[in-house]
Amino acid sequence: MQANPSLVLRGSPKVSGWRLFLKTIVARAYPRVIGMQREKSWLFFDVFLPMLAVSAYVFVYRAIGAPEEYVGFVVMGGAMTAFWMNVLWSMSSQLYWEKEQGNLALYIIAPNSMMAILLGMAVGGLFATALRATAIVIVGSLMFNVTYSVASFTQLLLVFFLAMTALYGMGMMSASLFLLLSREAWHISNLAQEPVYLFSGFYFPIKSFNFWVAAAASIIPLTLGLDAMRQLVFPSGASLGFLSVNVEIAVLIVLCVLFLIGAKFLLDYMEKLAIREGRLTESRR
Amino acid sequence: MNRSETTRSFTMATWLGWQVESNWTDPFLFAVYVIIKPLASAAILVVMYSIITGGAYNSPLFPYIYLGNAFYTYVGAVMAGVSWAVIDDREHYKTLKYMYIAPINIPFYWLGRGVSRFLIGTVAVIVILTAGVLFLNVPLDLTQVNWGLFFVSLVIGVTMLAMMGLILASITLMVAHHFFLIGEAVAGALYLFSGAIFPLEVLPAWLRPVGYAMPITYWLELMRRSLIGDVAQAFPTLAQYSNLQLLGILLGLTVVFAIVSVFTFRWCDHRARELGLIDRVSNY
Repeated sequence: MQANPSLVLRGSPKVSGWRLFLKTIVARAYPRVIGMQREKSWLFFDVFLPMLAVSAYVFVYRAIGAPEEYVGFVVMGGAMTAFWMNVLWSMSSQLYWEKEQGNLALYIIAPNSMMAILLGMAVGGLFATALRATAIVIVGSLMFNVTYSVASFTQLLLVFFLAMTALYGMGMMSASLFLLLSREAWHISNLAQEPVYLFSGFYFPIKSFNFWVAAAASIIPLTLGLDAMRQLVFPSGASLGFLSVNVEIAVLIVLCVLFLIGAKFLLDYMEKLAIREGRLTESRR
Repeated sequence: MNRSETTRSFTMATWLGWQVESNWTDPFLFAVYVIIKPLASAAILVVMYSIITGGAYNSPLFPYIYLGNAFYTYVGAVMAGVSWAVIDDREHYKTLKYMYIAPINIPFYWLGRGVSRFLIGTVAVIVILTAGVLFLNVPLDLTQVNWGLFFVSLVIGVTMLAMMGLILASITLMVAHHFFLIGEAVAGALYLFSGAIFPLEVLPAWLRPVGYAMPITYWLELMRRSLIGDVAQAFPTLAQYSNLQLLGILLGLTVVFAIVSVFTFRWCDHRARELGLIDRVSNY
């Protein structure tokens, strides 16, 4: 008996290699971008409210009579907090959340790369985050009359690109660790917020710390990224910088390589470990 | 209202909230977790202050900022605790629909879920105050504290925060799960208007009325006055009001927020049922 051709399961043509990698990135980024279009409440909670929180730190500096360039430091630092929050909540702990939702097992079953899935999360998340960061910079600058004097646009773009690559590489690396975690994942992400705001100098120059404290904090790419960007966009930035911009760019390149390679190896290893220990579908309440 | 049902909803939710918050790790790690986050938050302000003033901790402005920030911990804790329960139950454990069909009172259940965060917040506040007294010369003398004013203000203030949390929880029913920390985002925004870390005079004149309409402003002033009376009264913001007047304003605003929270819950609850949002999962 011959099967009715209309009932034969027809899939899309087989895709593999880099095409599959790219398709996976787009597929995972898609719900994040579309989700933003479908419900606009994030504009209020994710853009407007954080902007008010950043303003509070500006007024603290005004209350204690700080020089005006510190206002610019806060605006820029406040904008960059968006990226840290995104990495923490929408990259690192996202795999734990996906596990709880039952999606993680599907990711593993599907013939795609986990790296591509994480990249898709990063790309989709970056879209909203960049919007939030831009809004904070524009509105903050207008509200508080922040003036910029960019020393080198090329270096500025390079620093931003390197900082984001290293940061999201770090997010992908830590996401692999979160594959093994259960409820503690949420709390660990929660714990990593304020201490990083403190040690990465989101609201003040990192140079204010002891050299070794600042050096240790530089393992988080935003620390040097933010420091270099402040040096490049504020006239007095260079005098308050931790290291020279060129050195910071070199360190950021090292961090990019380190975190991206680390993410690949750790993800492969953790995936195998999680499969072996049966943690992929585990849901410890 | 069925009293036993509300009491049971509140107490069981309190127990449940505590288990959710604390039993994911061993007690030692949990204690570290409870202490590090608020200390880091306070340290950001201390570093900002010390960079600019060169460590002038004896200025009255420093205890003003430090105590305001310490007690502001409660704002994030209570508001986030109450509102997070909605997303936690709806999207994480997927139990919100079961809560709805159980014989419990939903608003009291949410309020109960916020109690654990209040307790954790209390530990954080104590740790921050102790660190301030020991290392930063915060002029807090326990024999000089107006304990009566302190406890009355604390009780009214926490009730007010719980009502604000309930309003936020009701709104959360209508909102997708785009972000994890909706309560903390709102608390962060209110930081600007509450005079927590700078006197309201620093704000532009057109923004100050928002601060005066916020019950948190009066509550923080009362907390400061009860702990370090003279220093707190050195700032002109609310200097013309006596403690009793401030208590009256705080109580009045708390009642207003309680009434608003009831109507907000009723409206959002009805709308969420109508739109089928009670068991929605929105994982982006």
